[in-house]
Amino acid sequence: MKRRHLFLAVEVLSPLVVLGAWWAVSAGSTDPFFPSLAKIIDQFGQTWLFSRFDSDVVPSLARMFAGYAIAAGVGIPLGVALGLARRLHEAVAPLLEFARAIPPPALIPFGIVVLGVGDAMKIFIIVAVCVFPIVLNAIDGVRSVDPELMDAGRAYQVGRRDRLVHVVLPASMPQIFAGLRTALSLALILMVISEMVASTNGIGYFVLQSQRTFAITEMWSGILLLGILGYVLNLAFGLVERRVLRWHRAARGVATN
Amino acid sequence: MHARRLTYQAMTVLVVVGVLELLTISGVFSAKSFPRITDDVGELASVLRDRVFWQGVGETLRGWALGLGLATLVALPLGLLIGMNQWIRSATTAIIEFLRPIPSVALIPLAVLVLGTGLQSKVFLTAFAAMWPILIGTVYGVRDVDPVVLDTARSFHIRRSDQLRTILLPGALPYVATGFRVASATALILAVTAELVIGMPGLGQQITLAQASNQVPLMYGLIIATGVLGLLINMVIVRAERHVLRWHSSYRKVTT
Repeated sequence: MKRRHLFLAVEVLSPLVVLGAWWAVSAGSTDPFFPSLAKIIDQFGQTWLFSRFDSDVVPSLARMFAGYAIAAGVGIPLGVALGLARRLHEAVAPLLEFARAIPPPALIPFGIVVLGVGDAMKIFIIVAVCVFPIVLNAIDGVRSVDPELMDAGRAYQVGRRDRLVHVVLPASMPQIFAGLRTALSLALILMVISEMVASTNGIGYFVLQSQRTFAITEMWSGILLLGILGYVLNLAFGLVERRVLRWHRAARGVATN
Repeated sequence: MHARRLTYQAMTVLVVVGVLELLTISGVFSAKSFPRITDDVGELASVLRDRVFWQGVGETLRGWALGLGLATLVALPLGLLIGMNQWIRSATTAIIEFLRPIPSVALIPLAVLVLGTGLQSKVFLTAFAAMWPILIGTVYGVRDVDPVVLDTARSFHIRRSDQLRTILLPGALPYVATGFRVASATALILAVTAELVIGMPGLGQQITLAQASNQVPLMYGLIIATGVLGLLINMVIVRAERHVLRWHSSYRKVTT
């Protein structure tokens, strides 16, 4: 018991130690590329709280969530449908595999040609990339539903629709969430890349522009913001997932105890 | 059964290509931004004879291989250490959980600043992104090794280095392999991103150049080529994985 507390203490303290070390080592830094942590945090406050919040953070997040929401809205039904229709899935499998194999940023020039450099292009890129992990995971999820469950549903003459809502969807939910999680980090990455390549605002644009104009402290503050954003999104997703899949964990817990 | 599936698949591909072609010819898609797909493929075929194209492929592959290699060299030993020792695990968990979700592309400006616009930046970015799947895979793999086997080894006083070589590494290998496969795809993405955003030689840069100079069919041809490269890399990795792990139960063919 005591050992466990010790491990927990180490786990909580270690990030603080690292932060403290960064603070101490960088304090009074004169290297222009590596400003002191104190300066970065100071800059962070000036830049993001809240002078550039409306002009850069809000548009970035709006694009990201718009793209993510569309990808989920298209990807989940498509994946479930393909998971149920084995024939159809077999037929389109090579196309899916190929589309997935294209490194996402290679699609940005395509997006620019077709949609220009505005928000539509960025949202399109995010959708085009995020939809694949969602579709592929939904397919796997549906196909791994226990066949006995399906048979039982059929034997009790549960209607197709009810079977979908009460059997297929809940059973494939964990896998669908795995896809949604992958897609979330992709959405953030694609938001940043698309803003770096072609944009006039947004966090990605700001970070690259800061580097090009040698506003190094600003650049660091932007990287810090992106890091925090990635961490917070991941955390928030974990909370949502735990809540939505609570019954799943509970059921499994009972089964194994 | 297998032949019939292949026929199906070939047919869908043909149908999709045909529909795309017709959409352009009929004018539903503007020919300017969606040239006929046969033109794109034709452009790709002619580019295949071009030395510059193959140099680009070589550059992209070099960034991919070096980044993936560096990531493995760092992540595998680190993962073994973290997996084996609970003190190290406690000390690193929170830090890894914080660093991992950082989008690696956020580091592009920093890499350019410190490492310049050459190969070093590409390798650094690629390695940073590819490191996490391998690290996490290795940690899970080591943790998943059957404790009874380890206890047995301990009670027979088998040396730590022998335990590592004969028990921990082979036991963790399936997880490491999965991590490596994910890392390989990530590494290719980052290599292309670096070429695209920073503008270093490679397929990513050629795609941007084709778009900027309005050679739209060439751009599509190169995007298709990049996809094919991704597919090929994935195929090679899966083959290699099966070969290396052919002794493992989950990879052994069930004889029926």
